[in-house]
Amino acid sequence: MEAPGDFPDVGDYAVIGNCRTAALVSNRGSVEWMCVPTFSDASIFGAVLDREAGHFAISPVDEARVSRAYVPCTNVLQTTWETATGKLRLTDCLVLPDERKPELYPQHELLRRVECAAGEVEVEVSFAPRYDYGRSRPRYAKRGKLGWQLTGCSFGAMLVSGIDLAEDRDRARLYGRVRLKSGEARWLSFAYDQDEASIIPPLGEEAGTRLESTISWWKGWCAQCRYDGPYRNEVMRSALVLKLLNCATSGAVLAAPTTSLPEVAGGPRNWDYRYCWIRDSALVLHAFLRLGYLDEAEGFLEWLLHATRLTWQRFQVMYDIYGEVKLDEKVLPHLSGYRGAKPVRIGNAAHDQLQLDIYGELMATVSRYVEAGGTLDAVEGAMLAGVGRHVMKLWRLPDQGIWETRRAPRMHTFSKAMCWVALDRLRHLAEKFKMPIDRARVDADCDAIRAEIEEQGYNEEIGSYVAYYGGKETDASLLLLARYGYREPGHPRMEGTYRYIAKVLCDNGLIHRYRDDTGYDGFAAPENAFAPCNFWAAEYLANAGHYDEAQKLFEKLCTYANDVGLFAEEIGTRTGKPVGNFPQAFTHVSLISAATALFQKKTA
Amino acid sequence: MALTQTAAEIAAILIWGFAATAALSAVMFGAQRMGYSRLSLPFLIGTAFTGDRSAAQALGLVFYLLGGWLFAFIYYFIFASIGRTGWEIGLLIGAVQGAVLLVMMLPLLPYVHPRMASEYEGPIRGRRLQPPGFLALNYGYRTPLTTIAAHALYGLILGARLTLT
Repeated sequence: MEAPGDFPDVGDYAVIGNCRTAALVSNRGSVEWMCVPTFSDASIFGAVLDREAGHFAISPVDEARVSRAYVPCTNVLQTTWETATGKLRLTDCLVLPDERKPELYPQHELLRRVECAAGEVEVEVSFAPRYDYGRSRPRYAKRGKLGWQLTGCSFGAMLVSGIDLAEDRDRARLYGRVRLKSGEARWLSFAYDQDEASIIPPLGEEAGTRLESTISWWKGWCAQCRYDGPYRNEVMRSALVLKLLNCATSGAVLAAPTTSLPEVAGGPRNWDYRYCWIRDSALVLHAFLRLGYLDEAEGFLEWLLHATRLTWQRFQVMYDIYGEVKLDEKVLPHLSGYRGAKPVRIGNAAHDQLQLDIYGELMATVSRYVEAGGTLDAVEGAMLAGVGRHVMKLWRLPDQGIWETRRAPRMHTFSKAMCWVALDRLRHLAEKFKMPIDRARVDADCDAIRAEIEEQGYNEEIGSYVAYYGGKETDASLLLLARYGYREPGHPRMEGTYRYIAKVLCDNGLIHRYRDDTGYDGFAAPENAFAPCNFWAAEYLANAGHYDEAQKLFEKLCTYANDVGLFAEEIGTRTGKPVGNFPQAFTHVSLISAATALFQKKTA
Repeated sequence: MALTQTAAEIAAILIWGFAATAALSAVMFGAQRMGYSRLSLPFLIGTAFTGDRSAAQALGLVFYLLGGWLFAFIYYFIFASIGRTGWEIGLLIGAVQGAVLLVMMLPLLPYVHPRMASEYEGPIRGRRLQPPGFLALNYGYRTPLTTIAAHALYGLILGARLTLT
């Protein structure tokens, strides 16, 4: 059974979640991505990657004009359609249990309320789950007033519907229509339980209580935010995305809830982002600290230091949400891919690359955590000292760099600078927590790294730091040298680097992460503008004292969010639309960093 | 002397009752983890006392273990009443016990379990747990097989290890 219509634009989706899994809902009211039982498991609704890979649609039958918004300060989505005969509103959420009530809740509940707000509207429902990434079709069994059970699968899944549905065997779906009059509402609840008897949540007033409880949980979380600067709406939406991707059962933060949404239409750069990148997560932790969320920061740090013990002292580039290290990449040839972009990949072969910058990002984040009032115990201190010793062994090696290039390793300037950051922060942390380090050797290595970068990672001719030693190419990660304190913002070498990046990597007003026509990352295909780099530019400008320029750029970048304030990994250079895995934590965390930098400079 | 012998018999029942319960649990949990069945007796027992999922699991497990010991004594009395023991007899009694559980006990649960919903009333406040249905098939079509196999193993261990004096 095909999901309704052709593939929507990536920006036509919005995300809902319960900090354990997430779902993408299109502006046609169709849930087209949801993995169970966790973010990184197989999809049960996967129409975003293949129109036949599962959906759950509720929409008006007639043509309609659509608008969407989140209930303020929540991840509860409202989609409103205006048809020729009336107005229909759909509210979607993944329920967050009210832990004060000793009630049984399913592992996941996708709760949907459809309500006619004016006139009369005919509504249709199409429920067509396809588990195991669309490879398996369920059978349906009616269980009296308990609703419909999916049978023939290893998990428990129940759909309770306030709209009468019937089995459409040809299309392996449940389907129904109803005409709603003004003021009438219906509930639909899809409940999932992995390996125990299903919990079937009641509809009606009880469902209303669960929706209210979910709304108040998100609002309560937002109320803890200490950020009171400009662009608060954008910052809070970004924070809500990060919280949604912050796995409640482990503390890990996912890069994005999707896989293989292509970086370019039909192109080969389709990656699985449903994992926890050390780099992205460290930045998320930093953002949480800036916004006053110490609990989330502590939870993540705990996950990081414990889940990564399997590989200690070496850190992998990424882990799964429980610290699993084997993330072998596989292709799913049965899926068409988003608008034909093949291959669809699960797992990520970049997990065992050497990317030296992650050590710097980690150590910088721990340092900020300590500045914000966090403490380290002796075991954590010893672990970090071990990481420092590992950095001293590795920093002279070439690596794949921050962009995970799939070509021969190189001496990336940014990676070396982040090794300097790692050792620099380590010596400061060691002073405070008496960590077992060889201070003289750390100092000597810091000096050696800096000397090497200044000699080989800076090109006098072009007046800029360069992407790798001895080269002339640049890459946008060099904008972060100022953020991490390697070079102060406004230093002539940083100013030159910013201007050179703006000149060489800018296309249609948007910065790319590197030139895509030189085979820099091992692919010959073009790509779009990498959204985080553009926020890094705004942050750099703010920190370097170019406030007006920074503000103008930041405000322009905010216009590239979709209608509900979400960003993907990239921005279409020609279209200005979100492209790639969606929504992307890295982009939202960069937005928060840029906004807080603007706020700090304004108040200063 | 007789007292010592009785104590030894009780100890054997407790030890092998525990071992048999552990083996039964291993099969049942294994079936759950491998996706063959969603029948968790500790969960069903525990949720009769609390709506807190974690507490229900822990409480259910305690009752489950106590139940395992209780049934070990019952098996012993059955062996004693027929005057012989052995793994074949144990296996047979276990399989019968599994079948009785599936055919008689579990279908009655919606009428006695305070948190179990029924197909006639639908889910309501406080009663949200899916009923097992005939042969507990609502929890997966392999449930009868895994349940009978687990209980047969329980009986087999007791039949093989308990001796009559």
